[in-house]
Amino acid sequence: MSITDIQVTDELVHGDDHHEEHHEQSFIFKYIFSTDHKTIAKQFLITGIFWAILGGGLSVIFRLQLGFPDMDMGFLQPFMGDWISNSGKLDPEFYLAMITMHGTIMVFFVLTAGLSGTFSNYLIPLQLGARDMASGFMNLLSYWFFFLSSLIMFISMFLSTGPASGGWTIYPPLSALPQAMSGSGMGMTLWLVSMVFFIASTLLGGINYITTVINLRTEGMTFRRMPLTIWAFFITAVLGLLSFPVLVACVLLLVFDRSFGTSFYLSEIFIGGEALPNLGGSPILFQHLFWFFGHPEVYIVILPALGITSEVISTNSRKPIFGYTAMIGSILAIAFLSFIVWAHHMFITGMNPFLGSIFMFLTLIIAIPSAVKAFNYITTLWKGNLVFTPAMLFSIGLVSFFISGGLTGLFLGNAAIDINLHDTYFVVAHFHLVMGSAAFFGLLAGVYHWFPKMFGRMMDEKLGYIHFWLTFVGVYLVFFPLHYIGIAGFPRRYYSFTNFDAFSSFVDLNSFVTVAAIITFGAQFIFLFNFFYNIFKGKKAPLNPWNSNTLEWTTPRIPEHGNWPGEIPKVYRWPYDYSKPGAKDDFIPQTVPYHQTKESNTDFENEESKKEQSAT
Amino acid sequence: MLNTIIIIAAILILVILFAIFRVSSLVDVIKGDSSTKIPSSNGIQANLLLLFLIAGLIGGFYYSFGGLEDDFVLPVASKHGVITDTLFWWTMAITGVVFIVTHIFLFGFSWKYQHRKNQVAYFYPHNNKLEMIWTIIPAIVLAALVFTGWKAWMDITRESPEGSEVIEIMGYQYAWSVRYPGADNVLGDYDYLKIDATNQMGIDFSDRASFDDFIPREIHVPKGKPVRFNIRARDVIHSVYQPHFRLQMNAVPGMPTQFWFEPTKTTEEMRIETKNPDFQYELVCNKICGQGHFAMRYIIVVDELEDYKEWFKSQEPWLKQNADYLTEVPAKLREAASIVAGIQNPLDLDAPNGLTISGSK
Repeated sequence: MSITDIQVTDELVHGDDHHEEHHEQSFIFKYIFSTDHKTIAKQFLITGIFWAILGGGLSVIFRLQLGFPDMDMGFLQPFMGDWISNSGKLDPEFYLAMITMHGTIMVFFVLTAGLSGTFSNYLIPLQLGARDMASGFMNLLSYWFFFLSSLIMFISMFLSTGPASGGWTIYPPLSALPQAMSGSGMGMTLWLVSMVFFIASTLLGGINYITTVINLRTEGMTFRRMPLTIWAFFITAVLGLLSFPVLVACVLLLVFDRSFGTSFYLSEIFIGGEALPNLGGSPILFQHLFWFFGHPEVYIVILPALGITSEVISTNSRKPIFGYTAMIGSILAIAFLSFIVWAHHMFITGMNPFLGSIFMFLTLIIAIPSAVKAFNYITTLWKGNLVFTPAMLFSIGLVSFFISGGLTGLFLGNAAIDINLHDTYFVVAHFHLVMGSAAFFGLLAGVYHWFPKMFGRMMDEKLGYIHFWLTFVGVYLVFFPLHYIGIAGFPRRYYSFTNFDAFSSFVDLNSFVTVAAIITFGAQFIFLFNFFYNIFKGKKAPLNPWNSNTLEWTTPRIPEHGNWPGEIPKVYRWPYDYSKPGAKDDFIPQTVPYHQTKESNTDFENEESKKEQSAT
Repeated sequence: MLNTIIIIAAILILVILFAIFRVSSLVDVIKGDSSTKIPSSNGIQANLLLLFLIAGLIGGFYYSFGGLEDDFVLPVASKHGVITDTLFWWTMAITGVVFIVTHIFLFGFSWKYQHRKNQVAYFYPHNNKLEMIWTIIPAIVLAALVFTGWKAWMDITRESPEGSEVIEIMGYQYAWSVRYPGADNVLGDYDYLKIDATNQMGIDFSDRASFDDFIPREIHVPKGKPVRFNIRARDVIHSVYQPHFRLQMNAVPGMPTQFWFEPTKTTEEMRIETKNPDFQYELVCNKICGQGHFAMRYIIVVDELEDYKEWFKSQEPWLKQNADYLTEVPAKLREAASIVAGIQNPLDLDAPNGLTISGSK
């Protein structure tokens, strides 16, 4: 305890210094090379939004190709140049480039950097009662590495040979040999370079999040009093710290194979009319390394969204989150298990079938903590007093997607069933619901919920509702039908289905999905307007617009660098005292001591209140 | 001209939308009751959630059972496919129930417990018993799924039975090559260094088992007999996928894989069952492999056993079709090779250039 005390005072002095200097900061240091976690969070958010538009836009273009294969795409020639032939046809190789970029952008730049980067940065210090991150400078580096990585990836899209095109999982030998596809030339090199910077960014961020959570909690903020958002960000950062280095190893060996003639992943290859000298490598090794990172990555994407949802659902149900301990337990269980299920992505790669049965067993176990989370969300709604803010609706939508997509995981995690479903549209539907859309809804819920704190103004509620309903219904209309064509055996990453009799049906369905995708994408512009317009013109936000318990709502309307003008608030209770029997309001903020709430205290809490009073 | 009109119309619509937005937000400011933080359309949202539940259930039910199910469930044509299909539908039943029940609770509670003025939420932070129940029940159900899945998986992936037909499939950008063992029922060796424009599969003719191997234009397999595919790739990863057989295995360069199955319906029988006189079993590539990935089609024909045997006999060894590859056969085996392959007028077997080739081995 004494250690924390000293640190708090240190921070206080430090923070106050900053506070004094604050007004002298130039524009560049205030908004561009800022070390303030709030500014960095906004930088991550806006960069993430940029990437989300680009990634979503790409998906609309390749959905047009899938839904209307005979369409004349000549109108896209001004943007895409030679990738659209003069007869208005999309180049098949660029189709692959677009799905690769869509996957890379969404998984890494939007749902990892855009989600964790934004909310871990924004909320960890604010909800823990810290002046800033443990290292503001590392935080700044984290964003600028991400920016550099983004820039390189963006540039790669304009190469004449195209960006990386071997799918976002970049399996070698396809990604290792420029002879195999033109995107595996310079495009792949830039992809790898960009990814190395991205990983550096994630690690710098992750170390900061972990250090901050462990060291900079305010007085009274024990681990058992931390909001579930922080638990989720904390464990996510640990996952990232353990898994991203494996991706570095995986990618580095690929760089060696590509550029220095090694044979880690290559063996007995005859391509482009010649036999390559590489012997003894294994493409399966790459897949093991990639998915050892890749599966935790799935949870790196979804856990922060679940954390945000826990907070939003509890606040707007006016009820404590059901099973706080179980929620933490399931986050920990998911995190642990996520490292030992990776080979369920590889059942039919030729891996030893015995390994397949082990991984099937472990994979289905991970469904248990996930199920607990879903049940707990639903029970939190039960007998609540529900306020449907847009954030709340997006959270409910998230729970729905998490259930739908999670259940289809039981098919794919079962090796025997996976034989027929692997790499079909069933998989596409599964992960777009459970990690894509669910995490995206978590991101949107977070933006709607914390926008008033971020910008000191309110977003428009009605536009939020329109945005939610178009997106929620749209996502289901896009991805639900894809399960059916997956069951029918449609392979993913196909430029067109006209070559096969078996896949010549469902033309209407594919067109329908495309139309739904366009509407869903269009609805995001309502959000963009709502977001950017209200940064400048929105109604001024009250200090605590959602009557929430957590610490960030005790800061001024627009917190400056250092977050609290005076002393950092102390914490006396857990964050979920909503509608406590006997209390006069339906919420008791974490800063209210037990001795001020005698009317609602339990016996145990009365004991605590005596301790509080003897301490002061 | 039309484009300009469209652009102007689009701009006008956006302006009108913006005007509506401004007016409605100003009206809200005037009408607004700042003391309450409950959204004015809270009840509407709750009703919409309920509506979504009902419409979703009806729509999903209709779509799944309204006659379309025949289109998306491909008839199964292999022995193990029946087992995996059974597992699939059991999993579908269990997850279907969970899906519907959880969604009824999710949206039903949302509607039922929507904010009301004098309603107080029930302070209910945890219930260990309840949590134990919904940890243990999924665990039991999952254990059942794992166990049945594990049994099926071990059965499907065990060694192919004695006497299986062995067929080699090789994927390359962007086609398949298929090799049969010929009369001796043994596939000859291959070596990727021996691949050239004609010898696409890199057959190694220093192995006598390769003399009678043949490479047909389409795959034939017999009904009712186990068939084992020896699978490989020569450039990038491909995947041998046949949805009617519920069969899939990746083709990996440098790492041979295999999959065995037993076809249960001939192509003719499938034509009757699907009422499609042109029905063909199609081999599909199901791992991204480059720009021609979507066009790697290869026909598989399932014959009655007798027809298959006849077809098998009628095939000419590859060596016979490409007799100049006799030079790759070691000198002492050449006579045997031309007899096995049925080559009528073999090359001059003692030609010195032939010797140098075999000597350079």
